[in-house]
Amino acid sequence: MLYREAGQFKTSYSADQAMLTIPLDRWFVFGLAAFAIVGVPLLASEYLIASILIPVLILSIAALGLNILTGYCGQLSLGTGAFMAAGAYLAYKIATNITWMPIWLVIPLAGLCAAAIGIAFGLPSLRIKGFYLAVATLAAQFFLLWLFVKVPWFVNYSISGVPTAPPRSVLGFDVTGATATNEAKYLFVLAFVIALAWIARNMARSRIGRSWMAIRDMDIAAELIGIRPLPTKLSAFAISSFYCGVAGALWAMCYINTVEPTAFDINRSFQVLFMVIVGGLGSVLGSFLGAAFIFLLPIFLNSAPGWFGYSVAGDIITHIEFMLFGALIIFFLIVEPHGLARLWQIAKEKLRLWPFPY
Amino acid sequence: MLMKKLATAGLAAAVAAGAVGVAQAEDGQYIPVLSYRTGAYAPNGTPFANGYVDYFQLVNERDGGVNGVKFIVEECETGYKTDRGVECYDRLKDKNGGATVLSPWSTGTTYALIEKATNDKIPILSMGYGRTSAADGRVFPYVFNFPSTYWSQATAVVQYIANEMGGLEALKGQRFAFIYLDHPYGREPIPTFDILAERFGFTYDKYPVPPATMTEQKSIWLQIRRTKPAYAIMWGWGAMNSTAVKEAANIKFDMSRFIGNWWSAAEPDVLPAGEGAIGYKGATFNGAGTDYKVFEDLEGMSGLSDDGDRGTVLYNRGMVNAAFIVEAVRLAQEKYGKGKHVSGEQVRWALENIDLSAEDVEALGLTGLMPPTTVTCVNHEGTNPAILVQQWNGTAWEIITDWIPAMTDIVRPLIEQDAAQYAQENDITPRDCS
Amino acid sequence: METLYLIFIDPFVQMVVEPAFLVEVLIGGLMSGVMYSLVALGFVLIFKASGIFNFAQGIFVLFAALNFVGLMDLGVHPILAFLITVGIMTVLAFAVDRLVLRPLVNQDPIILFMATIGIAFFLEGFGESIWGGDVRPVRVGIPDAALFWEAGFGEILVQSSDLFAGVIAAFLVTVLALFFHFTPVGRALRAVADDHQAALSVGIPLNNIWVIVWAVAGFVALVAGIMWGAKLGVQFALSTIALKALPVLILGGFTSIPGAIIGGLIVGAGEKLFENYWGVPLLEGATEEWFAYIVAMIFLFFRPQGLFGEKIIERV
Repeated sequence: MLYREAGQFKTSYSADQAMLTIPLDRWFVFGLAAFAIVGVPLLASEYLIASILIPVLILSIAALGLNILTGYCGQLSLGTGAFMAAGAYLAYKIATNITWMPIWLVIPLAGLCAAAIGIAFGLPSLRIKGFYLAVATLAAQFFLLWLFVKVPWFVNYSISGVPTAPPRSVLGFDVTGATATNEAKYLFVLAFVIALAWIARNMARSRIGRSWMAIRDMDIAAELIGIRPLPTKLSAFAISSFYCGVAGALWAMCYINTVEPTAFDINRSFQVLFMVIVGGLGSVLGSFLGAAFIFLLPIFLNSAPGWFGYSVAGDIITHIEFMLFGALIIFFLIVEPHGLARLWQIAKEKLRLWPFPY
Repeated sequence: MLMKKLATAGLAAAVAAGAVGVAQAEDGQYIPVLSYRTGAYAPNGTPFANGYVDYFQLVNERDGGVNGVKFIVEECETGYKTDRGVECYDRLKDKNGGATVLSPWSTGTTYALIEKATNDKIPILSMGYGRTSAADGRVFPYVFNFPSTYWSQATAVVQYIANEMGGLEALKGQRFAFIYLDHPYGREPIPTFDILAERFGFTYDKYPVPPATMTEQKSIWLQIRRTKPAYAIMWGWGAMNSTAVKEAANIKFDMSRFIGNWWSAAEPDVLPAGEGAIGYKGATFNGAGTDYKVFEDLEGMSGLSDDGDRGTVLYNRGMVNAAFIVEAVRLAQEKYGKGKHVSGEQVRWALENIDLSAEDVEALGLTGLMPPTTVTCVNHEGTNPAILVQQWNGTAWEIITDWIPAMTDIVRPLIEQDAAQYAQENDITPRDCS
Repeated sequence: METLYLIFIDPFVQMVVEPAFLVEVLIGGLMSGVMYSLVALGFVLIFKASGIFNFAQGIFVLFAALNFVGLMDLGVHPILAFLITVGIMTVLAFAVDRLVLRPLVNQDPIILFMATIGIAFFLEGFGESIWGGDVRPVRVGIPDAALFWEAGFGEILVQSSDLFAGVIAAFLVTVLALFFHFTPVGRALRAVADDHQAALSVGIPLNNIWVIVWAVAGFVALVAGIMWGAKLGVQFALSTIALKALPVLILGGFTSIPGAIIGGLIVGAGEKLFENYWGVPLLEGATEEWFAYIVAMIFLFFRPQGLFGEKIIERV
């Protein structure tokens, strides 16, 4: 009763093609965005913003990126970390060498560089798929990280090899470096998140997204109906890597403040893959839910005993975390292959009928 | 093991429930601990964390804290991951009246926290790791890395080799091997070695070990067998060390000519190699074993770790780490009020004015464990960085040299150069220390 | 010009000038390759029988070795510990079949692949919580001495544990080959691998077959784990090396047991040769980390089914 589609008439094509056709959905999303922009910086604690919201939002971008590749286009990638690293290292390189360039341009530019690299490693996808492709992306993972560590040019020949994010500002507010406030960093990240999520949602329901899904569902059939596999797969690789590159750049610039290789190792790739699986393959909303869930679960496990006055040794918690991650992956694949996003859908459907289920 | 741990955890929980109430009433010094007892680096992380936590427990029980102010220690598991370390820091920094001082125990986490901690006015004590150029206290007021940095250590190791070979002149024309973790930590001493090589006329081959496959070093040791370097120097961590020691033993490399830095020479690094590891050397600044006065005090004390690692190199180093902090808190209280809680900023002042003579160390019962240290505003590395060399005899590490001073005339300009570059990139005006 | 010389001529000159070193590198590489092969073998067994790409095989190796060493540390006799661990791996196979594979039957291979990543994570946490994270040396009396073999052209170093591993691997492959060819269960397994439905129609119980295959893979993992553990000590770093089995499979083909062995040897020898003759002089080393993957990736362009794999024919 509270949430319904009935009785809402569209009088123009543009209304019919709007991203969110149901007013309640639309208000909800706008409201959420408005709250994220205005409410959160005013209300949330520093810890919540700096250590929870910023990393979750950044990882959501990476999860969106992987979801485009794996969820929409069906190409499994284990190289997310490497593409994030590409974004991070190149963002640093561009920001320090082309100092006049505003940071809001540097980060998409770093994303474009990551996209170019993504295309190179996506080329084998024409001939291979499934876990064969996973091996090709593993090549990206190991080779790129080796390259970034090995070539001092990427870090401006810094002796220590771990350069610090240079301070840069947008509209007079510092968004990177030591002097940036958490709120400024948060809003900067949020701007990217909103823009990229909006673009992803629209891509998914436009021609390009549909051709990805056709390739995913059956590539040969898709080829027969006139979808060219090479540009389609490569576009998925490029756009996915762009998202990952932006996420990596933000991770280095706005979260951990340094560009270091271990932040983007193979475990990062798995972490993002888990986010996509748990959140929901082929769902924009799922990328956000998955990122939040996977990132927050270990923190919750770490803090929860404390709330009840218990102290449990950290190593036990980490073991439990590993077991829980593994079990959850299997659980979601078996019970709800569409992930948290699907659970949300079910909740909405229930809500539609509530309180009269018949 | 799980059952036992869960049982002790339950017991600890019951105790902790009581202890938390007391602690809040007393307003103790809060020490967040970013430990890693899991993952690939756990064999090294666990004894270090145990020694650290036990020493605070000892001070609390034996002395009733520092002038009655007890330490509240809380661990946060990072698994040696940088982002988890940052999250732990953010979660814990404001608890219990704010963190007193932080020891991140990871070069990556240290780098990530330098700006944050500086902003939050929480000093970082990265004891012999982390950012080397933080030794320039003018640019990095809140970061300390005494008793010595990687670069100083590299020069001291070369000095030791020179001593063994009969003087610095003997280095000329020699060939060395440098085996390192292919990670910013391992690459850090390379510029120093380059300068040393140029100045003293030796050459060295670089052998990086990739972190993802650090137990696969066959090629490296085959190369070393072929090139027959006069000495091999290692900058490793975790499973890389034990593999290297084992492979070196396999090719019958003269172990007394194989020297690890002080994160590459502990019990977990040599035990897997068994007999073959005998003779392997390592840099250190603290003694191993339990023949120190402080261990008598530990006997029979309750609430200590029981992993059986007491007296190991890393356990003892954890204790030293804690001891530095305890002394800094004591010094801060002397300036800002005895028996009072001191803030991070006050502890920063104290860390900068640490002046522990050999007698002071003796009074603490830590002679042989803790090096006498003097820190100044300009020099956060300590004014006399030096190393000891220890050797594995099959059952224990034995210290075989006196303090070997670093070549500060080479290292200091490098530190200032790197710090200046950092200051310029980050728009920092170095403070005036005079 | 000089670079070209270093890439195309100098390495080969060195190989000829110093044949002893070349032999050492090759032996070292082949021995690492045996280890990769042992892990890859487990992958192939499962893939052949059930079409599942078992990412958890690397963790199986670790888990089996951990149990074995853990039991031995508790004072259990090695042979008994071995048998108990085989039992544990069988129970594990049964649990995987019932709890993971059955509910996911008929899903995409990619979904099953991701499920095995889940298994890997679960077992990693489970193993570590039971046995702890310390490095545990394996002492089962595998000789580990350096042998110096005086060849005509120089002295060559051979590790006795490597020789031993090679012998064990050869023995294991022979046993498996005999098992597949001459036992009813083995024949049933091959039938299932060829065609599920045909196998079902002639009365082969598919359910049990899967459990058996996973248990055999667990057994192979145990042997691999003991071999590796004897070399390096049982530690969690082992699980990352197991990733190397993936490029091995690409080279050898997913369905071929000899392919897994030969692929492993090629990868092992190839990466050591590349590292020693090209990586260290030209690229500052540490190329072993990615060499196998890049080779596999290039290889995929030309022969996606691997050296010995069956050609994939797709039908709409």
